[in-house]
Amino acid sequence: MCVVRRTWDWAAGMTNTLHRYGSGESFNDDYIVFAIPARGINDKGAVEKQRRFLEIARKHKPINMGDASHGSIFRPSKELNPTVHWRRDPKRDFDTVVHCVSCPSTVAAVFDNPDQVVAFIKELRQEDLGLSINISAALDKAQECARRAGLERHSVEYSLGFFGQTDRMADRRTLELSTMCGHGMLSFDFVRKLVEWVKQGRRSPEQASATLARFCSCGVFNPTRACRLFEEARVGSGIRGQGQVAGGPHVKSVEAGRT
Amino acid sequence: MQIDQQKCVACGNCVPVCPMGAISIDPVRNRAGVNADECVECYTCYRGMSMEKLNPVLVRTIRGLLKVFRLRFDPEPDVCPTSAITPDELTWPRVVRRAFSDPQVTHESTGVHGRGTEEVKTNDVTNRVGLGEVGYVVEFGRPTVGVRFRDIEKMTRALASIGIEFESRNPVTHLMTDKKTGKLRDDILNEKILSAIVEFKTRIENVPAVLQKVDDISKTLDTVVAVGVSTRCAEDGSSALDPVLVEEGFSFVRGKTNLGLGRGND
Repeated sequence: MCVVRRTWDWAAGMTNTLHRYGSGESFNDDYIVFAIPARGINDKGAVEKQRRFLEIARKHKPINMGDASHGSIFRPSKELNPTVHWRRDPKRDFDTVVHCVSCPSTVAAVFDNPDQVVAFIKELRQEDLGLSINISAALDKAQECARRAGLERHSVEYSLGFFGQTDRMADRRTLELSTMCGHGMLSFDFVRKLVEWVKQGRRSPEQASATLARFCSCGVFNPTRACRLFEEARVGSGIRGQGQVAGGPHVKSVEAGRT
Repeated sequence: MQIDQQKCVACGNCVPVCPMGAISIDPVRNRAGVNADECVECYTCYRGMSMEKLNPVLVRTIRGLLKVFRLRFDPEPDVCPTSAITPDELTWPRVVRRAFSDPQVTHESTGVHGRGTEEVKTNDVTNRVGLGEVGYVVEFGRPTVGVRFRDIEKMTRALASIGIEFESRNPVTHLMTDKKTGKLRDDILNEKILSAIVEFKTRIENVPAVLQKVDDISKTLDTVVAVGVSTRCAEDGSSALDPVLVEEGFSFVRGKTNLGLGRGND
């Protein structure tokens, strides 16, 4: 007897963007705006509002978009033609994301530019959907976007990083890429493989980024940031910024002293 | 998850894709196989990889010929050429693996969707975490390390011992046989999952003691623990949690910011 079922009726808490790994500077091109209804309170009629959220988002040119239950603009195919190995379809399927929303869920749009985020939030204010709208980003950048849009933040959630056996985690570059899917769909081994392929010239940063994006099922993967990280890996740079590291082992764990 | 041995051509594409490293090629049989004890039923291989439906015999023959001449085809890295990845029909208790590892499913026994609740993402509507209160999300096994429930139970028991009351709508709470002690069901303790979240809230003055307890117990677990804390902001957007975290030696760069645009149905 199979007692697992898909979450067609309701899916919450699925964005999982809190613990992305990287320095503050590393998040300069990473803004996720998502909409979520509160279960049992304002989830009736939420599907149409979520579709509207995605339609508005699309006007502001997001780099990714998704629905926690049905996937992102980057999708794997179950019926590939063998010629795909020579010409992988780069199509980004925004229409399917909008049309597939069928249950109250978390819908998200990813941006690489704060000006687009501000314009998007301003339009959301005018639209007054009534859904909870959150920004997952560097905290100071998110607050700046909110204020530029005429809002003060209502609540805030902080990532305090990783505790416990942090030696079981991957190297910093792998973590920066892998943690862009908070559900853990991007394995350390697969990220390392693609980094090596980019360094060897077997795939471009854009191709490697799109490959990873297909594994993130809720559309919060940031392909722009991934391309940059792959390119930094290719030329042997990256690992920039000497500031605080989000998602890094917290200071007490590594006994680096208090900040 | 299983690899159909009739279809597998041992291309190895699925091997690095598995977050738990549970897939490998058997050198004798020359087929991929899944270590069932390590597999967390996350469906990353099945759902994330694209599929072709090539004839396995044909593919093996071509690969064999290429191998003779030390040539190697350079396929797309996220493609299973013969659609060999096959889901199992899961029964209790193994089914909890998928419920906590595959982001697109839930488990009927918990009655809760996803790994956690809405945290403060809907706090503007629910007021779950009020002024002077702090919400916690303690996540085990993330990123991509995995965890067994017996390690989670060590933490829930320790937190219960200092008076923590667990979030009632959280999936892990639903698996407790005694919410006062943090005891989990015995039949799931050895099940391995990709990650799980324990949620609760306290008054802000309890933050140092709670985080110290989480830190202490985390060191005894065979996994990593990602910790998030949240609070309601003042009208000017300021957070009373900032100075507390700084005083405790925590740096924080990234987070989620609720813009306060939600409201109940009219």
